[in-house]
Parts: sequence; structure tokens; C-alpha cells
Amino acid sequence: MSALFRFWVAHRSELAGLLGQHVLLVVVATTAAAAIGVPLGIFAARRPRLAAPLMATASVVQTVPSLAMFGFLLPVPLVGGVGARAALVVLILYGVLPIVRTTIAGLRGIDASIREAGVAMGMTPRELLRQVELPLALPSIVAGMRVAAVVGVGSATIAAAIGAGGLGEYIYRGLSMVDTTVILAGAIPAAALALVVDGSLLWLERQLSARRRSRARRTALTAAAVAAALVLWSSGAAARRSGGKIVVGSKNFTEQLVLGELLAQTIERETGLPVDRRLNLGGSIICDRALLTGDIDVYVEYTGTALTAVFHQPVSTDAGAVFDAVRDLYARSGRTLLPPLGFNNTFAILVRGADARARGLKTIDDVAAETPRLRAGFGYEFVGRPDGYPGLAQTYGLRFPAPPRVMDLTLSYRALASGQVDLIAGDATAGLIKGLDLVQLEDNRHYFPPYDAAAVARAETLLRYPSVRTAIEGLSGRISAADMRAMNYAADAEHRDIREIARQFLESLR
Amino acid sequence: MPAPAIEFRDVTFHRPGRSPVLDRFSLTVESGEVLALVGRSGAGKTTILKLVNRLLSPDSGAVLVEGRDTREWEPIRLRRRVGYVLQEVGLFPHMTIGANVAVVPRLERWTPDRAAARAAELLDLVGLPSQQFATRWPDELSGGQRQRVGVARALAVDPPVLLMDEPFGALDPLTRAELHAEFRRIQDRLRKSVIIVSHDMGEAFALADRVGVVESGQLVACDRPGTIAASRDARVRRLLDAMPVVPRA
Repeated sequence: MSALFRFWVAHRSELAGLLGQHVLLVVVATTAAAAIGVPLGIFAARRPRLAAPLMATASVVQTVPSLAMFGFLLPVPLVGGVGARAALVVLILYGVLPIVRTTIAGLRGIDASIREAGVAMGMTPRELLRQVELPLALPSIVAGMRVAAVVGVGSATIAAAIGAGGLGEYIYRGLSMVDTTVILAGAIPAAALALVVDGSLLWLERQLSARRRSRARRTALTAAAVAAALVLWSSGAAARRSGGKIVVGSKNFTEQLVLGELLAQTIERETGLPVDRRLNLGGSIICDRALLTGDIDVYVEYTGTALTAVFHQPVSTDAGAVFDAVRDLYARSGRTLLPPLGFNNTFAILVRGADARARGLKTIDDVAAETPRLRAGFGYEFVGRPDGYPGLAQTYGLRFPAPPRVMDLTLSYRALASGQVDLIAGDATAGLIKGLDLVQLEDNRHYFPPYDAAAVARAETLLRYPSVRTAIEGLSGRISAADMRAMNYAADAEHRDIREIARQFLESLR
Repeated sequence: MPAPAIEFRDVTFHRPGRSPVLDRFSLTVESGEVLALVGRSGAGKTTILKLVNRLLSPDSGAVLVEGRDTREWEPIRLRRRVGYVLQEVGLFPHMTIGANVAVVPRLERWTPDRAAARAAELLDLVGLPSQQFATRWPDELSGGQRQRVGVARALAVDPPVLLMDEPFGALDPLTRAELHAEFRRIQDRLRKSVIIVSHDMGEAFALADRVGVVESGQLVACDRPGTIAASRDARVRRLLDAMPVVPRA
């Protein structure tokens, strides 16, 4: 618990910014959903034949899981892509249904004699709507907005996957770091926000349905409007990102956040151009799509990942050949792969530092002879992949006395450190390698395909701002696997601020 | 001689697939006259009222208001010249009593001050002191008080024609008698052309200058109360016989 408070205090300005983005997303989305849903509801309430298909469509939209919805929208022009705009579209789609539904219910719930009195008094349909029907349906409409807003608070956490910001960033960051504190740092404020939104709109709804007190009603509406304006203004201020030209992206795990920050700060320092950070995008495909559509200008990809996941080509173990192949593939679609940063985030065969030093283990060949006395533990993925365990055992002639134990990747580091297993396959740049005193054995037979980290940028951006290319090329070959581990360790294990980690590293390069 | 306030000429009206609600129905209401239409439920009384302010239109024949066919009237203009009092009153629950009475003046773009002054005047007229009632809410009023507000609201822009659909039907006998007296007092001052619908012959006698008896969509008798009371027509007698009789001491 105290770790959580320390995290919040250390990240208070970031927390305020994310909270602001979150509130802004929800307020804008709910307002827009009301602007669409109320007229739709009015329309449907008057034409019962249209109401049923309309509601059915809205219900179907509602059942699409939000992550899938973000995925569907990625390639759609104008509304799709990554960032707050696409997130807003999804949140609005979700918000429309409850508002349409309660608008219809509110209008249908009005006593027939009241409506008849209005018509008989010579009200035009418009006057009847504005003076009688909408005021009477208002509490019901606000109830729908309450549902939309509460659902919106939840869906907005998922919107962090497409770079819309908000408290979901902590949740995703925490999930990728397997750090409950960071998950809670985002989840608790999001839950609190949902409760506050629910409570305050419920209060408004009650005030509005207390029909006898028109003055209280007006006061409530005014108070709500003032509060909404204040919230909007302050969250807008908190959420303001630089309206800059160069947009730096990253995927949603610690190393990528660090690399994104390194790129961003380097560009800021070397070129003086303003940088917009669109970090925490949900995966390679989303980053790639964002780069194609121009939503981001640059991010760091790994050569092996680009070859297999982006371009669907077979893997190869020759680092130079892979780099050249990927660079050519990128070049054909208007993107430029810049020189490698220096480290290879491949699989790493790890042993305890103490064992390595005692037995003089440096390469996988060194350990192969000892395997009959060793216990191995591997992640699920490593056991199944084509470039995983079976090929490794064959290449190096590994003979474990028992089949390797299959376990969660993150847990396998701890299992190794505590002596439950003696050899694991981890990530070459995992911060825990440093934190738990583990040693990576060299892949001296070059079994693993290369995952060299390199920035990939829009060619157009580099043409327009040659200084950006120069700045990023200045980082090439400067980040070793040890450097990357140290920075991952500082972020994951020491919970240090990523901006600060990146700043210190860049200082050390000078 | 001025045109009658309301005139039905051979009006037929029916709902799709049903037997006609009104069948060649004719009726004349002179200016300043109170006509009560009496008949059992379902006789077509409410339909007659709705044909006057064009909530409904006749299938054949014509309804004239102030000498003009309702189909030639602009419906909104027509409705604002015809006050309408419903049995359920239909007060707007989100408005104060004063605001409810001022609805039509505001629709007519009166200034707020003038509309409020008019509402106060009418509340005083129907026996609800405006000082006390204008700022109160419909759900704070008794049934009789609400019905008075309904009358005030219908009179707001001084329409020459007033339609009342069983306005006192849901009230207890004492309140009802009180409102009958109140209605007569107001009518003596305002001289509106009124159609009042009731299923109660006693109420018709108490309020109306003439009483019409409606049965199966037709006007079977229409005359002064005294003449109706002496009628030998079986359809009229049935309604007369349904009136409560005070036992002799």
C-alpha cells in the first residue's frame, strides 16, 4: 500500500495528466453521445417501427468488446487510426445506446393527457418537445448519460492501447511489467473516477426529477454546467500535450517506453523541434499502422519482429541479412529503417551468476556439456516457437535429465535465482537479469534470429526534417544490452521515472 | 346575424375498421351559449370536442368554427382560439401553477410580465388567490383546485370558444357543486361559447343553456333543459332516470 502512495507521489504530475486525459475523453465522449443519442431517441420514440431495428443495431455495437472495436477501427480513414480521436469514436459508439434507450423510455413515459393538453393548447410539435417532453424526459436522459459515462470511464482505460492516454496507461504499463503497484496506480483512480461520475450524475438526476422545485432544478443544472466546464477546462489543461510536429510512438512495455522516451528527448535536444509522445500503443501492428497513416513519425522496432510480424517473412539467423531485408521492405512502403541502436533483444539463455563464475561458463557450448546435471525452466512461448527450445537443443546437443519445466516467463527468472531451476530462456534485455545477478550465455552458434532494435521512421518526415535523422543516427550503436537492462531495471524494479531514466542515460552518452 | 360559434354539418367520422363514431351528426352552438352534450360513455362525445379543435378531422361533412371550416384554419391558430379543459386536466408537472396558466400567452410571445399578470388575474378569477397559488406546484393541489387551474389555463388568451371534457367528473359532489356555481359566475361575466361534455344529466341541467343528448353517434335531442326534462323520448328518459332522486321525508 505504501508503495502505491510512493508511486503516486513520485508520479503526481504524470498522474494528474493521465487523469485529465481520462476525464476529458469521458466528458467529450458522453457529451457527443448525448448530442447524437438524444435526437436519435426522439426520432425513434416517434416512429416505433424504426425504434426496434435502431435499438438492435445499437445493442450489437454494444456487444463488440472494446479492444476488438479499437482493432476494427484501426484501418478506417478519418475516424480510425491511433490516438484520442479513434478512442473518442469508440467511446461515443458505446455511449449512444444507453442514451437512446433512456430518451425513448423518458418520452414514452410521459402521461398521454399531458401531451394531449399541450397539443390542444396549440403547441407546435417543436414547442411541445422543448417545453414539455424534453423537460419531463430529462431525468431519464441524464440516467442514460450516467450509464454512458460510467461505461466510458471503463472503456477509456482500454483506449490506452491505441495511445489515447488516460489512466489505462498505468494499467498496461503495470501488466507489461507484472507490477501490481503500477496496475493499481491506474486502476484505483479509474474506479474512483467511475464512482464519482456515477454519484454526481445520480445526484443531478435526482435533483431534476424532484419536479416541484424548479429553482432547485435550475440551480442543479447551473451547478452541473459550471462543474462540467471546470472539469473540462482543468482536465484540458492537465491533458495538454505539446501540439508538436514530430510524433514519437512506442509499444506498451517498459523497454519500449524507455526507447520512446530516449527518441523523444534526443529529438527535442538535438533539433529543438517540439515532440508529441504517443507511447504505450498496443503492439507492433498498431505501431506499424500508425506509422503508415502518419499518426506517428517514428518508433523503435526489432528487426526479427518486423520481418515476421509486420512483413510475414520467414526468420533467418543472419543479423546483417535480416536488417537489409527489413530495411528494403520498409523502404518500399515509404518508411526508413535507421541504423541499429546497438542491442539485440533476442532470447537469452541464462544461468545464475554464481554458477557462471564458478564454472567459467561464457557460451551455450560451455553449458551444453553440463546439461545432464541441470534442470531447465522455459516460458510457454519458448517451448512452442519454431525458433525456440527444440531447435536449440538440437543445435547445441542439450541433454537435460528431465523435460524442461514450463512456467510463466517472468516467474522463471525468480525460479532460476532461487535455485528451483538451473537454466532458463529469458529476454536479453530484461531488467531482472541485472536485478537477480543472472548471466546471459553467448549464442556462439548463432541459433537465435536477431532482434536488433532500430528506429523506423516515415521517410517523408526525415526528408522534411533532416535534423531528425541526424539526431536518431547519433544513437546508433550507443545502447548496449547491458545499458538497456540497467534502464529496464531502473524502471521495473526501482520504479524510477522513465523520463528521468532516459535523461540520465543521454547525459552519460555526452 | 353573426355566424354560429360552432357548427357541425352532417359530420361523419369513424376509426378505421369500426362502425362510425359519428353518423351524419349536425349541431349548432350560438355565440355566448353553453351547450352540454350528455350521453353514456362511448357515445362519441369526446370525438365531437376533438373535431372542433381539429385534433381530429371529419371523414365527410364539415365542422365550422366562427363560420370557417376547421380544415381551412391553420390548426395551431385554431387551437389557440379554442380553450380546452380535460378531465385529467393534464397540468404540466414541471411547471408552477402560474407557469401552467401562462403557457398559451407565452406561446403567443407575450412578455413574461404580461403573461404572469394575466395568469394572476385568471387564478383570482377561478377562486385560487394568485398570491398564494401562482408559485405552487400541480402535485400540491387537490383535485378540485387542479380542475380550476385547468379552466384558468384554457381561458388564458381569452379564446371565444371553450371545450370542456367531463371537467368535473372526478370530483366529490360538494366540490363539484361548488365548481358548478363558480362556472356559472365566470360564464355570466365572460359569455364564452362553450361545449361541455358530461355523462350526468344533473350536471348538464346545472350548467347549460341547452342540453344535447348523444347516442350512437347521433344527436337524438337538443333543447332547453326544461324541455329535455319533459321529453318522452326513450333514449332521453333513460338518462333522466339515471339521475339520483332525493327520497321524500
